[in-house]
Amino acid sequence: MTVIPAGSEVPPFTLKREDGSEFTEADLQGTTTVLVFYPFAFSPVCTDQLQIYNEALPEITASDAVIYGVSTDPSFSQSAFREKLGVEIPQLSDFEPKGEACRVFGAFFEPGGMSNRALVIVGPDGRVAWSYLADTPGDLPGVNLIFDGLQAV
Amino acid sequence: MYADFTCPQCALAALELREAQAQTVFRHMAIASRHRRAVPLAQAAEAAGAQGRFWEFHDSLYEDQGRLDDPHLWERCRALGIDVERFEADRRAPQVAEKVREQTAAALRAGATGTPSFLVGGSLTAELPSAPGG
Repeated sequence: MTVIPAGSEVPPFTLKREDGSEFTEADLQGTTTVLVFYPFAFSPVCTDQLQIYNEALPEITASDAVIYGVSTDPSFSQSAFREKLGVEIPQLSDFEPKGEACRVFGAFFEPGGMSNRALVIVGPDGRVAWSYLADTPGDLPGVNLIFDGLQAV
Repeated sequence: MYADFTCPQCALAALELREAQAQTVFRHMAIASRHRRAVPLAQAAEAAGAQGRFWEFHDSLYEDQGRLDDPHLWERCRALGIDVERFEADRRAPQVAEKVREQTAAALRAGATGTPSFLVGGSLTAELPSAPGG
């Protein structure tokens, strides 16, 4: 599965916010959105990733962008993960139907039945401005890639 | 070297670099959510540096990472001849906090994803560089 390429219009999808409300393609309109797809809450690389990205949160928001963590974990697990780490990056769940939204973005790892390690930046026009798929789900993309990607918006 | 004073691997790397007598430039990569003392210790080291004792304080922290609370820092100051009252004021100064933030942001912008990370000849690596010929 290849990640959704730059220039694509984002197809319809539905994710769940931590409060249970829906997050859809309509929520991408009007703002730059960084979607961080990660495999599993509480796993080692994902822990490092959210901690590091959280440190860069002030710079990311200063770029007029919002950032979300996305995984196939249920919202309760995502919230527990975020709170345990003490990070502020809001989470979006793709738990049921499992991985359906991740597949829309080309960010589902079929062999593991989990979200892949991918970054997708959507511009205020609702089109993908930049995307990145890690070589393997175990690779941790540096925050520098997000800043590179934001230049494409 | 981008490093964090709470990181055991950083302590090992610092020891190896010291034994190799390598010329090292230290830059903070203090991730607040990774360890509650990461940022306070980085700021403490800068405060020690303001009294000309950065490297001594650096060595002291890495030689004993089991005692990193404030009373332990004051003990280290007294042992190293650092004025504790000035140290306390300096480590809470906004410019010190900003310096640590800037260095951490620079590490992230350089692509560092963990500590220690090494910038050698313009390339970032997680592996401790080996000595020439070694």
